[in-house]
Amino acid sequence: MPHKVPCTGPHMEYNVLMGSILARAKSREPVGLHAHAMDNLRFIRETMERAGSFTGVPGMGGMLMGLSALGAAYLAARQSSLDGWLAVWVGEALVAVLIGAVTAARKGRAVKASLLSGPGRKFALGLVPSILVAALLTFVLYRSGLYAIIPGIWLLLYGTGILSAGAFSVPVVPVMGICFVALGAVALFCPLEWSRWFLAAGFGGLHVVFGALIAARYGG
Amino acid sequence: MAKPSTVRQERRPALQAIAEVAPAKFDRLIHERLRLGIVSALAANESLTFNELKKLLKTTDGNLSVHARKLEEAHYITCTKSFEGRLPKTEYRLTAGGRRALERYLDHMEALIQAMRER
Repeated sequence: MPHKVPCTGPHMEYNVLMGSILARAKSREPVGLHAHAMDNLRFIRETMERAGSFTGVPGMGGMLMGLSALGAAYLAARQSSLDGWLAVWVGEALVAVLIGAVTAARKGRAVKASLLSGPGRKFALGLVPSILVAALLTFVLYRSGLYAIIPGIWLLLYGTGILSAGAFSVPVVPVMGICFVALGAVALFCPLEWSRWFLAAGFGGLHVVFGALIAARYGG
Repeated sequence: MAKPSTVRQERRPALQAIAEVAPAKFDRLIHERLRLGIVSALAANESLTFNELKKLLKTTDGNLSVHARKLEEAHYITCTKSFEGRLPKTEYRLTAGGRRALERYLDHMEALIQAMRER
């Protein structure tokens, strides 16, 4: 019933992509369609990102990382040398990164690699810098023989990374970050005999507890 | 302001223009904003409840249930109803068909953008 429409001149057109009436010349239509296709893609991505923060971080991954850290703590405690102890934990860090990447990818498995464009990417971008800094500091501290503060530095930097990465996620994630920072701060002022157990409590205990919380409340 | 139902005829030129530049069959069902939102949100999650979707898409009960029903009829999403204690809980999931439809739509939009760049 075109005659019932009050404002349909030659320059008026119902714009299907926006669902609103826009006055524009027909010759400019390609530009409009192009812009609205972009707008649609943006809408899809933003919706997926917002929806992703209902779940975001992989809880099961956190639990697995925690369990592997507890295993590493047991192995590390049996090492006779400090180098052996350090090697076990560095190995555990690599295992944890692998677990985190695999579980995050599994959870973020959605249309067109949303891991790289959505919440997963934000989380990784927030976390990666502090992990790289921790790796560098570990090397320097190892060379200087300052083993005692390594556990504290690891907990502090991991906590800081989780805090900033989790700023985009559900509230429980930054809370976990704060717990890591607090534990790290205490560990810094303890002798190595104590602080090595802080690693088990942090990377093992906190991961298992918060992983379970996330898995239960935000699914998987 | 004209109601959408009275201007449906006017949509035709834009739809045809899209069909011309993009090769795949244009999916009107998923094209509507709220339905696109539902499908996108479910693509990022295993499942979402009615209330989560409502909050996420900032819409009303009536609007959401009408559009979710349409997607359900097209087998793009599934709906399971259960009880959590005494409260009814409606949970939606994206089907494999729904995921493919969203992928097709994304390809479609990308093809459209590509085509416009080449012009």
